[in-house]
Amino acid sequence: MIWAMVEVNERSAVRRLYDRFGFGARPGDLDQSFAQALDKLLTAPPGGDAPAPPNLPPPPRPERPGKGEKPDKEEKKKANKARAAQQKQLVGWWLDRMVAVDVATAERLTWFWHGHFATSAQKVKIAALMLRQNETLRRLGMGSFTPLAHAMIVDPAMIVWLDGNDNKVGAANENLAREFMELFALGVGHYSEDDVREVARALTGWTIDKHTGAAKYVAKRHDDKPQTIFGKSDDYNADSFVDLVLGREESAPFVVGRMWNRLVSPTPPDDQARDRILEAYGPNRDIRATLRAMASEPAFRDEKTALVKQPVEWLVGLMRALGVRPSALDEKVQAKLYKGLMGLGQVPFRPPSVGGWPSGASWLTTAAGLTRLKVAQAVVEHAKLDPLTQSKDRVEGARELLAVDVWSDRTRAALQKVGGDPAKVAALAACAPEYVVSR
Amino acid sequence: MNDHLNPLTRRRFLTWSGVAAAGALATVGATQVDWDNLMSAASDDPLDPDAGVLVVLTLYGGNDGLNTVVPASDNAYQDARPDLAYKPGEVLDLGENLGLNPGMKGMKGLWDDGKLAVVRGVGYPKPDHSHFRSMGIWQTGSPDTPIPTGWLGRWLDVTDGNPLHALAIDPVLPPLFAGEKTAAASLPAGGLVLPKGDLGEGFAALGAASDGEEHWQAAAARSITDLHNAAKTLGGAVHGPDGEDKDQDEERDKGASAGGNSGLAAQLDVVARLIEAGVPTRAYSVSLGGFDTHADERGTQERLLTELDTALTPFAKRLAATDRGKQAVVLVYSEFGRRVKGNASDGTDHGTAGPVFVLGDRVHGGFFGDQPSLTDLDEDDLKSTTDFRDVYASMLTDVLGADPGQILDGHTQKVDGLVNT
Repeated sequence: MIWAMVEVNERSAVRRLYDRFGFGARPGDLDQSFAQALDKLLTAPPGGDAPAPPNLPPPPRPERPGKGEKPDKEEKKKANKARAAQQKQLVGWWLDRMVAVDVATAERLTWFWHGHFATSAQKVKIAALMLRQNETLRRLGMGSFTPLAHAMIVDPAMIVWLDGNDNKVGAANENLAREFMELFALGVGHYSEDDVREVARALTGWTIDKHTGAAKYVAKRHDDKPQTIFGKSDDYNADSFVDLVLGREESAPFVVGRMWNRLVSPTPPDDQARDRILEAYGPNRDIRATLRAMASEPAFRDEKTALVKQPVEWLVGLMRALGVRPSALDEKVQAKLYKGLMGLGQVPFRPPSVGGWPSGASWLTTAAGLTRLKVAQAVVEHAKLDPLTQSKDRVEGARELLAVDVWSDRTRAALQKVGGDPAKVAALAACAPEYVVSR
Repeated sequence: MNDHLNPLTRRRFLTWSGVAAAGALATVGATQVDWDNLMSAASDDPLDPDAGVLVVLTLYGGNDGLNTVVPASDNAYQDARPDLAYKPGEVLDLGENLGLNPGMKGMKGLWDDGKLAVVRGVGYPKPDHSHFRSMGIWQTGSPDTPIPTGWLGRWLDVTDGNPLHALAIDPVLPPLFAGEKTAAASLPAGGLVLPKGDLGEGFAALGAASDGEEHWQAAAARSITDLHNAAKTLGGAVHGPDGEDKDQDEERDKGASAGGNSGLAAQLDVVARLIEAGVPTRAYSVSLGGFDTHADERGTQERLLTELDTALTPFAKRLAATDRGKQAVVLVYSEFGRRVKGNASDGTDHGTAGPVFVLGDRVHGGFFGDQPSLTDLDEDDLKSTTDFRDVYASMLTDVLGADPGQILDGHTQKVDGLVNT
């Protein structure tokens, strides 16, 4: 350690726990011990109180033109419109769910895994497949990484996203093979180019059923000539390949490192802390135990530990704090929020690439500051601001409402400029550095 | 400040977490600028009309160079990718047995006018097939070790560290613009209109520095101040359409998994207006995504190259019509080319060297660098003939008037004659 670590106090540690394993604390959340809060966050059943997912019937497909006929432009336009509407419906549903659930840990982890196994509706145009992947991430996202990784390599949306459909014997396509090792399970530099080529052959045979959208294994598409991966020869398939990768010594530090990086701090833990967390991850690759171990590290309470909230985390946290359900907003406002997220560079189900979203300073751009204020104004306009209106010191009231530890003199002075107007105080408070960054 | 993450920790983090390009930006983002002084300087002293301006256009996903500058009459090309290959009669002839993709008719016009240079076979030693690692190499300008700064970020550092001197037309900052001390500013294509009245005053006040504030919170505050100063300087020049609600996907889906922007024409429109207005920005970043064409490549790539062409050609012509615009040089690159052989999903997998386009009034048109051989390959991949840092060094020296050695770790070799000085 280069610096002497100062730990935050218990209340701030609880607040930090809600920030990192959820989408921020709500009134009352901070009146419990760290241990109680951690138990609550890690053991809550996922979303009995959550809104049901949208029904996403296959959108109408334009009739295939007969020989010599041109495709019907109107039909195609209609189909595209239906597809875009379903995607927006899906985004709206998930945002609503993130806001609605009482304990948000499962949603936060689903969100984390969505960024990790980043798949985008830009290419996966069937919204039902994106929903299916989302449900898989939620179902497995707090259990063991083993079934999660096995599920993702044959996930229908993933297969479409990384061209698994086109990967067949005699015509290997490396996309899924490479990204799975580089970004999902092992980390760059821990495999060779030959490994990539061989893994692509091992994954041949998996494709999508055109009618049901389910992933299916077609034996005659599989390349059953033995593949040599990490120096071992066998006729690998998706499952035995995943087992092989997860068994590599670099896999656990990679996966745990990604969790720490996104949920705790861009500064990695020291070697001892890392080893303790890896022990919790263990041979069962236990995600819940890993979360508990990360939260129990002294570094978790390090005063210097800070994460820039990603736009979705910021927006969902704000809506939770202000009691604004996306589904209760009229379509125009919902569209405004969607556009706001686009302007901030982060729309759920649309990561910019298979590498997921950036972090840290990437979100603190000059352009983002203004968009954030506009989005905050739109949210505040539909919030019940009673607690703020009733509080004597509205600047303090906003601090409590947004569960910020303390305002700097700078921010206090800025918030005092709007003469106690509750809506303006709340909107500005949401843009304050103390709220945009989780300490 | 960056002192909470010393270089060793940072390196260890990058190797431990396995993320280089995305991690790079996570460690910077601070601007150490006295904004008031700069702003009064900017309004008193607009950009010198003779100062070179660099527009960097990144094609995300790995553009297939062999189907962009096409060796159509080479039998080895036809044999390697029979389903993907263009016939000699289909491409736009540039001479030397090469032709532009049929989607690039406007750029063929620029070529004929001597305003388009094609640098062939551009790459770096020990090519990496990872999008993120390779894009990281191109954007940091550091092929050997992952480092947290971009090549133009370092240029910002060694000039005066004014973030307004480099501007990304993008909500998220590209790593090439991350410096050790400074991160470039960014501007949405929709423009900057700040709130007025007491809300506006309160918002501006949130940007004030607060003594001893945590690193990221300080960066958040600075970004608000940067925003206000950017709006002061640029606001008048930019009031584009407020992001009409259009379908983002249309026909650009197939190669999308490796990132990048759409709406290139709108981005370039903003850049053109800013250049013409004489704002102090000297480096711009814009991007176009979708080039990760593992499958059904021909149609997808041709559409993208057409989009590139129909955005870039009027941009170049518009720039050529003003004195300030004539000082602008556009650099177009991608993180790698693609495999010589088609992959039988009618696409190509990640490859190595590719062509880089340089265009503008000051550009000396024509070919630079040698065309890589299609038969003398390195594990099925093209061998690069020009180091990408040679191109950067040309841009730094001849467009930005900087010393490349200081920015490119001692690399000073240029592509001679590329830009007229």
